Formats: sequence, C-alpha cells, structure tokens
Amino acid sequence: MSEEFKVEIVNPEKSFLSKEDVTEVVVPAFEGEMGILKDHISIISFLKPGIITIHSKSGEEKFYVEDGIVEFKNNNLSILTSSIFNLNEVEKNKLQDLLKLAEEEASKSEVNDQTKYLVDQKIEVLKSLN
Amino acid sequence: MASLDDLKKRIASVKSTQKITKAMKMVAAAKLRKAQESAEKGRPYSEKMNNIILNLSNGISDKENTSKLLSGTGDDKVHLCVVMTSDRGLCGGFNSNIIKKAKSYFSKISAEGKEFKIITVGSKGNDQLKRVYGKKIIENISFKESKNANYFDADKVGKMVIEKFEAGEFDICTIFYNQFKNVITQIPQAQQIVPLNNEEDENNSDESYEFEPDEDEILSNLLPKNISTQIFKAMLENSASEQGSRMSAMDNATRNAGEMVDKLTIEYNRSRQAAITKELIEIISGAESL
Repeated sequence: MSEEFKVEIVNPEKSFLSKEDVTEVVVPAFEGEMGILKDHISIISFLKPGIITIHSKSGEEKFYVEDGIVEFKNNNLSILTSSIFNLNEVEKNKLQDLLKLAEEEASKSEVNDQTKYLVDQKIEVLKSLN
Repeated sequence: MASLDDLKKRIASVKSTQKITKAMKMVAAAKLRKAQESAEKGRPYSEKMNNIILNLSNGISDKENTSKLLSGTGDDKVHLCVVMTSDRGLCGGFNSNIIKKAKSYFSKISAEGKEFKIITVGSKGNDQLKRVYGKKIIENISFKESKNANYFDADKVGKMVIEKFEAGEFDICTIFYNQFKNVITQIPQAQQIVPLNNEEDENNSDESYEFEPDEDEILSNLLPKNISTQIFKAMLENSASEQGSRMSAMDNATRNAGEMVDKLTIEYNRSRQAAITKELIEIISGAESL
C-alpha cells in the first residue's frame, strides 16, 4: 500500500509547490508542531512562524513560513500562505532582513499579546536559521 | 484650402502619432500576457480560501455570535465603497466603466437615504470622482511605484478596510473593479466583501473537520485575510483588464490614424495635381496668345 499523499502550497501570486509523492509533512501549527501522515483526519489549522518540513521519496525539503492556513482533506494537504521561502534557495541576507524587520516590530510598544507572541516566535526561528 | 506644405506636415504628424499608438499597443500586449498569467496563477489561492471559509462557516453552529466580518453589524446605514482604478490613462473606457458603475451605485444608495464613504485605489479614479464626490472620499491610495500588482499592496488596503470596520465607520463594504473576460470585454463588477456574501453552495457540508484551535478563532483570523485576498484578486483582474483595454484602445487609435493618413494623402495628391494642371493651362494659354 502506498503511503503517499498530495501536498500543495499556494501563495497569493502563484501555486508555489505541488507534490504527489509526499510521505510526511511537519507544519508549525498554532498550538505546536504537527506531523501529518496519510489518512490523517480532516483538519483545518493555522500556522505560526516556523519551518515546514516535507518528506518525500525524493528527499526532504524545508521551507520557512511566517503565517498561513493548512487544510487536510481526502489525502490532500493544502497550505495557504502569504510568505514562504525555500530554505535551500533563499539567500542569507534575505533571512537577515526578515530578522531585522521582526526585531523592529518587536521593539514597538503598542503591540498586543498575540502579535507579540508571534513576533517573538519569528525572531526565535530566524535566529536559529541565521 | 490648406497648402501643399501644410498637408505634408499634417501627414507626417499623424504618421508619428500612429507610430506611438502602435508601440503602446505592442507594450500593452506584452504586459497583458504577463498580467493574465498572474491573474490565472492567483486564482487557486482565492478559490481555496473561499472553500475553507465556506466549510468553516458551515461547520459553525452558533451563527449569531460569529465574527462581525461574516455576519455583519446587523445594520446597513453606512456603505464603504472601494473603487479600484488604474494609475495611468489612455486605456479606453476602462476607468470610466468602473466609475460609471460606482456612480450608479452611489445614487442608488443615496436614494435609499443611506450614507456612503469612498476609498479610491489608483489615481485615475480619484481624479474622476473628486469633482463630484470630493467630500465623500476618505482615503486615496495609489500604487504608482509598484510595477505589478502584489499582495503587500493589497494587504495594506485590506488592513485599512478592517481598521475602519472595527472602528465602526461602516456597515457594508463593496469593491468595484473590472473583471477580465477577454481582450475586448471587461465587465465592471461590484462585489460585497463585508459582510461576506455567502453564496448558498451547500454541496459538501457533511464533511467534518477537526479544528485547531477552535472554529471561532480560525474564522476571526481567516476573515481579515480573506478580505486582503479578495482585494488582491480584484487588483489582478484589474491589471489584466487595464492592459487588455489599453491594447484594444491603442489598436483602434492606430487604425484611425491609418485612415486619416489615407484621407490626407488623397487630398494632398489631388491638390498637387490641381496645381500642375493649373500651371499647364497657364503655359498653354500663354503660348496661344502669342
């Protein structure tokens, strides 16, 4: 029996990635990392800033996301996000720029708790990457 | 009658105009292809977003207490109209069509005794509306610097709309844009985005989802994003329509210039012939009188 399912990542500009032979996806869901295997129950969740790892027959790919929504249904995983970078292709400066931006945002005083939490997450993840 | 020299000058000037319109048409055609492509590429995102929201709103049991962005404020006194136009002219009826659509909507609303406010996106719409509705325009945004429609710009507009909604400045929000059908046809659209207009598509509602965190929280996070997405979609459609409209306008202009050149050339030839004939008659009658 095949243990593969389909994953599709779309951002507003285009369909970012579409893969048929995926065995496992780990997404940084809002309430903690979540691994998705074939025949997972239908689920909708958000993403917080973090790393998406896609395991497939052809190897492992990692992506950095800042936000997004995941929907899993009938062995179709859709990830909608407005900001995503493939960690193999993205340049170091870009990540550093993002870190700088996040730190600027964190230093603002009038953010509420939730955005503060998200920004802190972002900084943490970006720091571990840089 | 115009002298030969004047005619010659006019022909030359019409010809150079024709060259410009032809070049603009070519540029628009190239840009159109790109804009059309990105409009098509952007579709999956907004479709998926719509699907998820549909599934979510079907799954919600307590419809009364959901986010106001979905259910509305329960009032419809103040309308917010986001009129999306281009930043450049010379594109045929593109901007006027949106403005016409928006204006008829405005007069309908004021006939019902309701208030409205306007946000214009794109400088051409602002130019056309500010004469009559100057006081109603509360914001004017223009993305002249960004070359292509991008999501960050759309997000800016979306955030502004949400801010105003949360401040209670309006009850219903409608966006106006041109939907791209093909190069010749663009349809001006009025789309209501707040509260979300749920088309009753209850096809696969028995699918049960697990939500993490709960539905309400997902919805309240998703709905603002959906507004930006809808605005982005409108921007993409608009940019494709703008280029299409410009292309056909410039095509017409080129053809008209060609016709004008033909007409002027005939006139030029006629008057040249007339001058020659006149000279000949003068010579012959001069010779005869000797």
